[in-house]
Amino acid sequence: MKWVLFISDLMIPLVFFSILLYGLLQGVRVFDVFVKGAGEGFETILHIMPTIIGLMVAIGMFRASGALELVTRCLAPFAKAVGFPPPLLPLALMRSISSSAANGLVFDLFKTYGPDSFIGRSVSVMMGCTETIFYTLSVYFMTVDIKKTRYTLAGALLANVAGIIASISITRWIFGY
Amino acid sequence: MLNALWASLILISIVIATITGRLDALTQATIQSAKEGVILCFTLLGTMSLWMGMMKIAEDGGLIRGLCNRMGPILHFLFPDVPDHHPAQKHIATNLIANVLGLGWAATPAGLKAMEKLQELNKNKDTASRAMCMFLIVNVSSVQLLPVNIIAFRDQYGSANPAEIIGPAILATIISTLVGVIAGKILERVYYY
Repeated sequence: MKWVLFISDLMIPLVFFSILLYGLLQGVRVFDVFVKGAGEGFETILHIMPTIIGLMVAIGMFRASGALELVTRCLAPFAKAVGFPPPLLPLALMRSISSSAANGLVFDLFKTYGPDSFIGRSVSVMMGCTETIFYTLSVYFMTVDIKKTRYTLAGALLANVAGIIASISITRWIFGY
Repeated sequence: MLNALWASLILISIVIATITGRLDALTQATIQSAKEGVILCFTLLGTMSLWMGMMKIAEDGGLIRGLCNRMGPILHFLFPDVPDHHPAQKHIATNLIANVLGLGWAATPAGLKAMEKLQELNKNKDTASRAMCMFLIVNVSSVQLLPVNIIAFRDQYGSANPAEIIGPAILATIISTLVGVIAGKILERVYYY
């Protein structure tokens, strides 16, 4: 189990090291290029800032009103029956529909449980291996006018469900809950 | 989709808060959440700028192109219907690599291009081909090397070690992709027509 956490610590330095070394060897003006790329990243975030604010307000309200609690409580018996942590339910449902709404729920879980709790860690792992299936599939198929998508949705949903289950089990295993 | 979702979240919240008598908490949460949104974006500004800057170096140095060229055998296994050196291969490889590196902005254009090229190979123009189904299944279950956003979020909310989830996340994402690929391979036999 330790090696998985070791990979966690190793990953960022390793990626940075390889990129910089490779860039230098190829004669890239690394800092100039870095600044240019960083500028683009900056703009991307500024661009999505209104979206994040809007969604955080909506989800903050949803929680403060007690509605989120209500949804979780209604679904909790089903979740418990299969060993699924109830607080993760709204996120698991939202994840494949809207990525920004899912992010809002993640912030909420971090705020409530803390990022280093079992819930916080499971959520972090889960967000790395699931996707906004419905949005992605419709955009991709619409651009080429495909009407019959056959088994794509089934396969994608299976992968996502596997990801959710794997996230929770792996978090339990690695961090020893 | 998001319009209806966003509005219903707020409308339902107000109705329920009225019933449960939590209107004061609701008002407070509204103002507080807006402020938190701003603070969060400032954290993200740092991480995303750093990551995008690094990726730009990888792109300019040809590292990303090099990785794409090495994907031949994987592409051949996943998409047996796409001939070698067909332009679809290049776009699929770019899309998958960009996804692995967490470059959403680079992944989408390449992915849409890949779909166009796959459509040229497709015999039945309104029905998804085997290659398209597999491409999208792999795409949405994409293996992600560094969940950069999540690391930034964790940092923002005071994690003692924001990056500790990278290893577990890589494991989980490999599992979800494997399940996706296996499901795709089985389903394409079941749905044979």
